[in-house]
Amino acid sequence: MLRFFLSILLMILALATQSVAQSDPKALIDALGKADFKQAEDLLGQIAASADPRVVPALEAFNDGDLYVRKSDGAVFITRASGANLALIDPLSGAAAGEAPKGAMTKLKINNSLRRVLRSALGGLTLLSPDRNVRLSAADAVLRSPSAENLELVEAALAKETDREVKARMEEARAASVLSSDRPVDQKRAAIETIGSIGGRDAISILMSASASLDASLKPDVDRAISKIQSSLAFWDLGQNVWYGISLGSVLLLAAIGLAITFGVMGIINMAHGEMVMIGAYATFMVQEVIRTSAPQLFDWSLAIAVPVAFLVTGAIGLVIERGVIRFLYGRPLETLLATWGVSLILQQTVRSIFGPTNREVGNPSWMSGSFALGGLSITWNRLWIVAFSLSIFFGLLILMKRSAFGLQMRAVTQNRRMASSMGIRTAWVDAFTFALGSGIAGIAGVALSQIDNVSPNLGQSYIIDSFMVVVFGGVGNLWGTLVGALSLGVLNKFLEPSVGAVLGKILVLVLIILFIQKRPRGLFALKGRAIEA
Amino acid sequence: MISSFFLRALEGRILAAVAVLLAVALLVPAANLLTAPDSALHIPTYAVSLMGKYLCYALLALALDLVWGYCGILSLGHGAFFALGGYAMGMYLMRQIGSRGVYGNPDLPDFMVFLNWKELPWFWHGMDMFWFAVLMVLVVPGLLAFIFGWFAFRSRVNGVYLSIITQAMTYALLLAFFRNDMGFGGNNGLTDYKEILGFSVQADGTRAVLFALSAIMLSLCLVISSGIVRSKFGKVLVGVRDAESRVRFLGFRVENIKLFTFVVSAMMAGIAGALFVPQVGIINPGEFAPANSIEVVVWTAVGGRGTLIGPIIGAILVNGGKSFFTGAFPEAWLYALGALFIGVTLFLPKGIVGTIQHRFAGRRAAKAADEAEKSAADTAVANQIQAAE
Repeated sequence: MLRFFLSILLMILALATQSVAQSDPKALIDALGKADFKQAEDLLGQIAASADPRVVPALEAFNDGDLYVRKSDGAVFITRASGANLALIDPLSGAAAGEAPKGAMTKLKINNSLRRVLRSALGGLTLLSPDRNVRLSAADAVLRSPSAENLELVEAALAKETDREVKARMEEARAASVLSSDRPVDQKRAAIETIGSIGGRDAISILMSASASLDASLKPDVDRAISKIQSSLAFWDLGQNVWYGISLGSVLLLAAIGLAITFGVMGIINMAHGEMVMIGAYATFMVQEVIRTSAPQLFDWSLAIAVPVAFLVTGAIGLVIERGVIRFLYGRPLETLLATWGVSLILQQTVRSIFGPTNREVGNPSWMSGSFALGGLSITWNRLWIVAFSLSIFFGLLILMKRSAFGLQMRAVTQNRRMASSMGIRTAWVDAFTFALGSGIAGIAGVALSQIDNVSPNLGQSYIIDSFMVVVFGGVGNLWGTLVGALSLGVLNKFLEPSVGAVLGKILVLVLIILFIQKRPRGLFALKGRAIEA
Repeated sequence: MISSFFLRALEGRILAAVAVLLAVALLVPAANLLTAPDSALHIPTYAVSLMGKYLCYALLALALDLVWGYCGILSLGHGAFFALGGYAMGMYLMRQIGSRGVYGNPDLPDFMVFLNWKELPWFWHGMDMFWFAVLMVLVVPGLLAFIFGWFAFRSRVNGVYLSIITQAMTYALLLAFFRNDMGFGGNNGLTDYKEILGFSVQADGTRAVLFALSAIMLSLCLVISSGIVRSKFGKVLVGVRDAESRVRFLGFRVENIKLFTFVVSAMMAGIAGALFVPQVGIINPGEFAPANSIEVVVWTAVGGRGTLIGPIIGAILVNGGKSFFTGAFPEAWLYALGALFIGVTLFLPKGIVGTIQHRFAGRRAAKAADEAEKSAADTAVANQIQAAE
């Protein structure tokens, strides 16, 4: 008995839905108000088939949960919250249709399977939009959730399309839809080709989900396409890892390059090096504060202004440290370690007293935020700038050392102090300015590192050990060694990370450095000569 | 031979220092346990633990002095040996908690239950036996020092490079012990100890005994170190420090000499750590921090390296100062410590004890020179007289 009634009910409902099928979009949308999930799916299919772009706002509102049905007459409206009431908007014309209290309206419910149908319906409908960008994103939407129902729509849109990029995207969307339709095998094979050429993880998931329903004869094609995509993905992953490694390496290079001078060239175990980096970062913070309060339009230039400021501040501090402490300790490297460690504690506590122990906010200028894609690589602008910045500092320093009179004096003093002095070089001043140069470069590094790290009094501590590792690994007294050391440690670290995790990777790198030092006690590029043995 | 080793070790200042330490080992616990709380002579328990901590630091500084002051190896990783000794003791103390932990698991320490581990990792087995834990306190730091030194000394890594790779070693261990997967409690470390050999670690009596034990261990290690540096081996050791190549050319195996000293020193550091943990009540990866190891170097430098007694005095002075400053002027402590680092390297390169010794030696040398001059003058006069005759 019950079954009989149910079947009658179903028949009536089926008739009801059928009856609206012929009617206009308005009636279809109103029918949504009474339909359950299953019927709503059918209705959405019919709405999509009507290819009437006027229904798009209503479907979007349905998706966002803004579509309501009026209890009194079953009319469906798009609504916006308006105080305690809902402002009603006609779903097709978009005209305002007065307000209604919330109690008088019922929200149209939506579930996940309905949402999927909705998305593909929307994708199909907006394919015909006059706006190029809308068509493009519609093609994307179809590609993401392909369905056989959309196929004809996509093909219709494709025939009319003139824009090359949109056309290419629609071809892909069509291919994805073909896979889930009942088209002949050779069309599907071509579709697999097309999707395979898109590449990326999305393409794999499209192929994977389609392959279950595909003909068995197509299986090898799917497998071939998937393995092709996977190998290209693996290639790009490798590239991405190399890029991450270079990016980390450039940070290490930045942190270590000042130390390559104070430790590598002068032989001072400069434990205050990290604090110079930290002070450089705080100089950036101060510059930005001044710009924020007095000249906000200059904010994009803040880093360019901060670079010379940081260089001068940290260079001056370096000069004072050299004249006040270090010049008494030449020839006793292990004691410079103690004294500079003391200096670093004092500098840290000073910064902590002035700026407080918490992190300070250093902003990114607009040209350093965001990212872009290069093939399968995603590259953020700030990392790219830091790589460029560290390399330019490196080569600038190299030119200074090799091509300038000061560089010549500096090398002369480190190689043979007494002979240099006999030639009339004021060795004491060369020492002082070399140390100031190393400190100033650490300060510049701080400007760049303030963009990617927390600016706190402990900033320097986190770089000091890594910096020493880079300099020792690369070879003391050799700038090229520092470059190669930094980049290779960076890449090595990033290649170990995916398989063993970040912390273990770092530990392994440290152990490898310790073992490497056993094999080559003076680093990758060791200076040779009798002076070294002394 | 053994007795002559100790007799030579107990010369002059060392004998005095051992006497002082043993007296302290007796008097401080007595002042804590036998006097009334309101008596003027009473030392509260927290002070006993605090002083016990200083003595452990002193032992660590002594261990560093043996390698730095006499062998010229500036280790920036001695904190690692200290912490490993501490972890070995901490593991024993964790196993003693038994089912009294929060989760009441008789075998697994709380943090393992928390991590959902089902059974004890292999390296925790046997740690419930005191003798085995004590053995590990010596073996683990010693083994690490042996492996590390075996490679480093054989390939003649020295000076700055050696210092930096010892720092890398302790930094790597710091990172490793911070990981929960290591099975050492992650960044919380090991804590909440209940009892040691059946005695509550909180009890006054246990604390007093631990203090006395620290003082006795310190004097024992002092005697051993003194014996080493005063033996013929010790003379070679100083030779390695001052002119390594020359000692090698004379036919000594420099790497073995260094290795032996390094391992002995690491074991002493391990003992210091093991005595430190029950008195402080916690061991965590922070003890591996490179900054801690550098601080040990400062204690040694302040007291005077290459004097054995100096580092003990330095460690006690600096840590006493730290306790005072961090209580009275917390902001000023880092300034004071920093100034101490700079001041000692610039103005007291020999440290307190070294400078005093130098003064004495100077006076003695001056006196000797005076006498030599006088006798020379006498002979000159005698010669003149002879010539005149």
